[in-house]
Amino acid sequence: MTQAWPQVQIDPLAEDAWLLRFGEAIDEAVNARVLQVAARLQSCLASVECVPAYASLLLRFDPLGWREDEGRFSEQYLREAIQSALDQASGAEITSREMTLPVCYGGAAGEDLQEVAEYTHLTPEEVVARHTRATYRVAMLGFAPGFPYLLGLDPVLAVPRRSSPRISVPAGSVAIGGQQTGIYPQELPGGWQLIGRTPLRLFDPAADAPSLLCPGDRVRFQAIDEHEYLRRVTP
Amino acid sequence: MSIEVIKPGLLSSLQDAGRRGFASLGVGRAGAMDQPAWRLANALVGNADGEAALEITLAGPLLRFLQDAVIAVTGGIIEARVEDQPLPPWTSCFLPAGAVLRLGGVHHGCRSYLAVRGGFDCAPVLGSRSADLHARIGPLDGRAIQAGDVLTIGERAAVPWFHSGKQVRALRWGLDPQPWLDYAQAPLALMRGHHYAALDDASQQALFSRPFLISKDSNRTGSRLDGAPLGLRQPLELLSEATLPGTLQLPPSGQPILLQADAPVTGGYPRIGQLAAVDLPRLAQRRPGDAVYFRETGMDEACQRQREREESLRSLLQRTEQRLLSTSPAA
Repeated sequence: MTQAWPQVQIDPLAEDAWLLRFGEAIDEAVNARVLQVAARLQSCLASVECVPAYASLLLRFDPLGWREDEGRFSEQYLREAIQSALDQASGAEITSREMTLPVCYGGAAGEDLQEVAEYTHLTPEEVVARHTRATYRVAMLGFAPGFPYLLGLDPVLAVPRRSSPRISVPAGSVAIGGQQTGIYPQELPGGWQLIGRTPLRLFDPAADAPSLLCPGDRVRFQAIDEHEYLRRVTP
Repeated sequence: MSIEVIKPGLLSSLQDAGRRGFASLGVGRAGAMDQPAWRLANALVGNADGEAALEITLAGPLLRFLQDAVIAVTGGIIEARVEDQPLPPWTSCFLPAGAVLRLGGVHHGCRSYLAVRGGFDCAPVLGSRSADLHARIGPLDGRAIQAGDVLTIGERAAVPWFHSGKQVRALRWGLDPQPWLDYAQAPLALMRGHHYAALDDASQQALFSRPFLISKDSNRTGSRLDGAPLGLRQPLELLSEATLPGTLQLPPSGQPILLQADAPVTGGYPRIGQLAAVDLPRLAQRRPGDAVYFRETGMDEACQRQREREESLRSLLQRTEQRLLSTSPAA
């Protein structure tokens, strides 16, 4: 499959960082291309830190301590590596893991479920049904360690953020903010609508794989009851 | 083999070169905000490998040394004494076991670095001994030091430039902080950000001509800048994308925020500017209430300045090492 991709804009941000811009909208195919380019660049430029987002990719490097084969840092070398990664990235489906996350919806675990139901003219059960029916993809991690921004929310469930953010959102909270859904990995301030909570630990800095989810992963949610939540929650 | 924290000071945390390689998982770098000062502190105690130092903000801690130690304090000029004996800044000092080091106010600059011979010995988290106070990752679970904490000092051979003994000692020479501390508070070099053109005309002009004040709400996550609010021609709806320390964001309030070491790795506010990385240490030494002016710079000039700064720093690190090794202990 060949697709005509818009020109990727290379924006040198600082002495030690460039930003590649792939587009201005949330789009699964664009995000897939971002993740492919990130993977390719990472494999040929090990010392460059690649930070993918919805439609952009940050490259952070150390021009004064450049450790790649070419010896000294050269702008030309980096540009060629980027071009070659872009040429090879088709944006076709990326291989990824599929994870199923248990979520206890509503009640104390999802204080805003009722409000989301009223806003969307659905019953709370219908909100849960729609939220668990979709398969999501981790577009990027950010905001806090291990916080996944998930693509694939049923557009009917898009609800505005809260007018005044909470000072503290509990760890594991599954939330909706606009067209996005995500999970708070630790207790954090936050303005998204809380619909449920997962007992799984999303980020553990001491683990070999510190983040439960990585960019590109496919995610499904499975509804569990409070009893099951309490049984599985990490102490 | 350790240091006991009697009082923590305003905000003191362990910091090193920072955490690399985990930004795609949402983990930022953290690390010493004034990297040259941190590297020079380590050099003055003969540490080679980027050991963590204690980054002290505005008012320093009270520390009891439970063992002999060789220390150095660089960065912002801070009052330091053991009982009645003042310790000179930017040099190597010997403290005998039992000494209580009182670090007072930082009276020039904002952040000082206390390095100890052997480094602070704690398990690296994701490859770094930096406390990320925002993400709560790193030594002491990513928090600042508290009264009662015990900080372990790593093992390292004794230095040849001090005899151990019962006396507090300092070298008769030290490094000149002048080139490394921005005494003139010259304008900081800023490059136009991706959304600079979205600023209204008056704001475009104001950014490079008006003073901003570092707000009291500033911390290791970001410096909030007070001043006449800046505005956009029209509101922008943006996708979150990766940010950097030094990214100048404009939230809807119109008061820009310069992101710092502990900032989240992504953000969705318009980016109106990017501080040249070479000026991040200068920004780190600005205090709440200090005025900041920006001058426009380009990538070539920023890169050139960064190369020159790194060359003079490397040369000073080398000369410091040689000079220490040729200093004989005072009788």
